[in-house]
Amino acid sequence: MEKKFICIVCPMGCELTAETDKQGNLTAVAGNRCKRGESYAEQECKTPMRMLTSTVRIEKALYQRLPVITSASIPKDMIFQVMSEIDRVKIEAPVELRQIIIKNVCGLSADIIASRSMAEVHQ
Amino acid sequence: MNTVELVIIGGGSAGMAAACGAYEAGVRDILILERDKELGGILLQCIHNGFGLHYYKEELSGPEYAERWEKKIEEYGIAYRLDTMVLDITADKVITYTNTVEGYTKVRAKAIVLAMGCRERTRGAIHIPGFRPAGVWTAGTAQRYLNMEGYLVGRRIFILGSGDIGLIMARRMTLEGAEVLGVAEIMPYSNGLPRNIQQCLRDFEIPLYLSHTVTNVFGKDRVSGIEISQVNQKFEPIAGTEKRFDCDTLLLSVGLIPETQLGQNAGVLLSPKTKGALVNDINETETEGIFSCGNVLHVHDVVDFVSEEGLHTGKNAAAYLQNKLMRAEEANVSAGAGIGYVLPQRVRKTLAEAVTFSFRVTDVKKNAELLVKVDGKVVKSVKKRQMIPAEMERITLKAEELNDLQSELVLEIRED
Repeated sequence: MEKKFICIVCPMGCELTAETDKQGNLTAVAGNRCKRGESYAEQECKTPMRMLTSTVRIEKALYQRLPVITSASIPKDMIFQVMSEIDRVKIEAPVELRQIIIKNVCGLSADIIASRSMAEVHQ
Repeated sequence: MNTVELVIIGGGSAGMAAACGAYEAGVRDILILERDKELGGILLQCIHNGFGLHYYKEELSGPEYAERWEKKIEEYGIAYRLDTMVLDITADKVITYTNTVEGYTKVRAKAIVLAMGCRERTRGAIHIPGFRPAGVWTAGTAQRYLNMEGYLVGRRIFILGSGDIGLIMARRMTLEGAEVLGVAEIMPYSNGLPRNIQQCLRDFEIPLYLSHTVTNVFGKDRVSGIEISQVNQKFEPIAGTEKRFDCDTLLLSVGLIPETQLGQNAGVLLSPKTKGALVNDINETETEGIFSCGNVLHVHDVVDFVSEEGLHTGKNAAAYLQNKLMRAEEANVSAGAGIGYVLPQRVRKTLAEAVTFSFRVTDVKKNAELLVKVDGKVVKSVKKRQMIPAEMERITLKAEELNDLQSELVLEIRED
């Protein structure tokens, strides 16, 4: 089967054409300008993975939201489940950059971590 | 009045990099003036990842990218003022600013770097017909509300413009439980990075309507719906192609304009094409000692290049302050066939260093050749598989390739 998608590894945005066998394994890929495009295509045909970024509620900080990011990419079809876990969290400043906010979220072997530091602010 | 060697207007990615560039070249008396509550600029609301691939060879979120530069500013001990609004800059480099600590203050600079970034085009800029209800937002404003202040500005969203902020917001609002009904783009191609079409629209099955624009806004107090129409080659709506969407919010991602007002007061001349300053190869404007970099110079799509440009500008502002700058006659740089704009617009002759030129093509170019002509003679040609207006292109010319430059350097596209 032939699948067409855009590589999201870097801003180049190569248009990939991937050939897969009946089991969904990659047999050929065209359109990539680097090696990473090839492994991306392989993964995308098997289990599409995405990094997820969002925010959690924070108190005693300059703003009401703390930006967070997954420590590794997660399966695309788990995004909304992970989002509902993120929605439940409320934390207090101070927060360190890359501090773990949710460990091993949804058992995916990835953590939700702070994508910036936030100092405590006394109102 | 206090005198400061180098004043940098704006503490976003360009301003922070310019400060670091100047510091690393030996300038110690630097002051950054920033209007927001923190350094970092627009990166602080860009919580998605993908920043830093060129500069750090890793993928960071916007806030983390900003934090790295902020740390450097702290480490170098570079002075900055937050919550500070610059009101005026004069050609003799007197800067007027105000904040709650110092009040109304004037400072004299020996050199200035303009790094104020850009702002979003609004509904008024593109004349959308219809009522004027609440619920029409620029995408960046909605992004700040959502990612920093914690407010989702609507539940059923339509987005006009396929610039990166619009695409990123389509995904972001979907993740937060809003329904994004579609994105309309007046051009026959997307104005965002291809990867964002994939991961922000296709991943969530959000339709993209190319060659479409919003032709009506309904609702008196709050948006109740919008109408889009297909456009012809002259971008005029085609009667009979109207589609109506019931929504409570219209987000606009219809372009960015350099925030150049302050520079104009100081006599800085602007390019009608980039809407930013006219500069030479060290990003010095036509006003001596006033430099410009980042999105106030021309709108970038990748922050790494803003940082590079800031470092280069800061380093040269330092050379200017230290009287180490090599002055020479300047040749013109112009955009030939197929090129929308090219920067810098002037380059010093008899240069002993390489110069990087930034440009955008006028429309999608496939399997085309980029030609660099020095006084009419092709000195370099590069084959390009694809160039699109949404992606800023760069080309670096070595000093020896610029040796013979007398009057004009032209970049142009040759198509088969």
